[in-house]
Amino acid sequence: MGNNQNPLPLPVFEVREVTYRYRRVTALDDLSLSIPRGKRIALLGANGSGKSTLLRVLDGLAHPEKGTVTFCGEPLSEETLQNSEFSRRFRRRVGLVFQNPDVQLFCPTVFDEVAFGPLQLHWPRERVKDAVEKMLEVMKIPHLKDRSPHHLSIGEKKRVALASILVVDPEVLLLDEPTAALDPRSASQMIDFLVGLRGEGKTVVTAIHDLDIVQDIADQCIVFQTGKVAAQGSPDEILAQPSLLQQTSLLHAHRHIHGAGITHSHPHLHSHKHNPGEFEK
Amino acid sequence: MQLARAANPMNFLEKTLAGFFRLVEHALDAEDIAKTRGFLQCLDPRIKFVGIAGLVVATAMVHKLWTIGMIFAVALALGAASRVSPLLLGKRVWVPVLLFTGVIALPAPFVTPGRVVCHLPGLGWPLTAQGLMSASYLVARVETAATLTVLLILSTPWIHVLKALRVLHVPALVVVIIGMAYRYIFLLLDNARDMLESRRSRMVGEMAGADYRRLAAASVGVLLSRTVHLGGEVYSAMLARGFEGEVYLLDDFRTRALDWIMLGFFAALAAAAIYYGK
Repeated sequence: MGNNQNPLPLPVFEVREVTYRYRRVTALDDLSLSIPRGKRIALLGANGSGKSTLLRVLDGLAHPEKGTVTFCGEPLSEETLQNSEFSRRFRRRVGLVFQNPDVQLFCPTVFDEVAFGPLQLHWPRERVKDAVEKMLEVMKIPHLKDRSPHHLSIGEKKRVALASILVVDPEVLLLDEPTAALDPRSASQMIDFLVGLRGEGKTVVTAIHDLDIVQDIADQCIVFQTGKVAAQGSPDEILAQPSLLQQTSLLHAHRHIHGAGITHSHPHLHSHKHNPGEFEK
Repeated sequence: MQLARAANPMNFLEKTLAGFFRLVEHALDAEDIAKTRGFLQCLDPRIKFVGIAGLVVATAMVHKLWTIGMIFAVALALGAASRVSPLLLGKRVWVPVLLFTGVIALPAPFVTPGRVVCHLPGLGWPLTAQGLMSASYLVARVETAATLTVLLILSTPWIHVLKALRVLHVPALVVVIIGMAYRYIFLLLDNARDMLESRRSRMVGEMAGADYRRLAAASVGVLLSRTVHLGGEVYSAMLARGFEGEVYLLDDFRTRALDWIMLGFFAALAAAAIYYGK
């Protein structure tokens, strides 16, 4: 999935002192962070910590009441997105996959759905047809192309939603809870896909709270708490801080990773057996 | 997509919702019909749109029943040539329209002054010829216009209807609203179904009328609030993929000789109906 666009300069996004509120609820609170090019970033945080709002801000769908966001050094604001040339370039390079695929699927057929983005970007018709056919094959959903998205299972909808973004081969992929509400098989397929993005050179920002897959899908983690960055680091660094994970509601006290040297600090029942001495250093 | 039936007969809200679900199924069927090979399906959507709109206007303007009947006969022929069965039209258009306009037209024979043709048995109310004629015009006009409109919708993929509207210089904002409404209705119904099923799963026995009305009003409010949010999300998802108000299709509209012939036919038919139906 290569493309012939000029490589994006570092960093892709620069968020400076951004505050965003939903009426009285502060979703992002004086937030500052950078998204470097070509990295796979996991935004970790409990529900309502501001992950999804940040993704919307990064995609130019929500505009902060305070602070600035830049994309490749250019301001990302309502005014700049009014410029068709900038808007088209931005939409071509950045794709957002929503948590709820239902809101993303609004065309009569799956084929139309996947073709929607390229058509909006004024691609030639033949190129659109080829790209859509190829993407349906890549996502293993060519058999769904004439189906109405409304009648698909949640797993199929997620695949179509992803295909509808990937078809324009964006350099930056924003994913909001990609495994949410999926059955184990569909979740596993989605994780395989995310793991496969390693080495593609894409910048991937994934909002997630499933700690089990973070090491597979991310090079760097940003932990959110009430609209602020609570910590940043590599997945290993973040996962090695159970107190941080508990404090940010990502980990319950009863949860532990066996064999990682973390001892039990509390009594609780297990549905499985521990080997003698397993948690002793 | 059907609501599971409760042990008791469905209440008003659930019946209404079930009706909406049937409507959604029909909308999906319409896409299937639009994809079949038929006469109207072959026409350029712009020509079809203009031609059928002209016939609808003529139907509203004429003052003789036989001219309305002539347009209705053409609509029937178009339906047959486009693989839209009279049974389908009967179920979707003729019976519902007859019931709806029948209720509106019902008082006309009794309240319109004129020559009395008979009296209603039992009540003795007079029926006038002029009143019967007014009611007949109303029902015939609405049946014919609705048949033509449904034929247009059944024979045209939804996305083509939107594109045709843009080509005909309908403002982008209006087209966006129509397009959003189409998608919105599916989300609205899904939400409503989930809410009602969730409520039913927690209910034991029958609810008193006043309590039921209070609950229904609250449900409508919550549903509205949720769907406003979802509508915003759908629009955001469209923007995120580069939508700027314009509708683009994989295949451009192309007019052929048949399209121009049919446009001429529609125009001539509308003009003749208006002229002879004055």
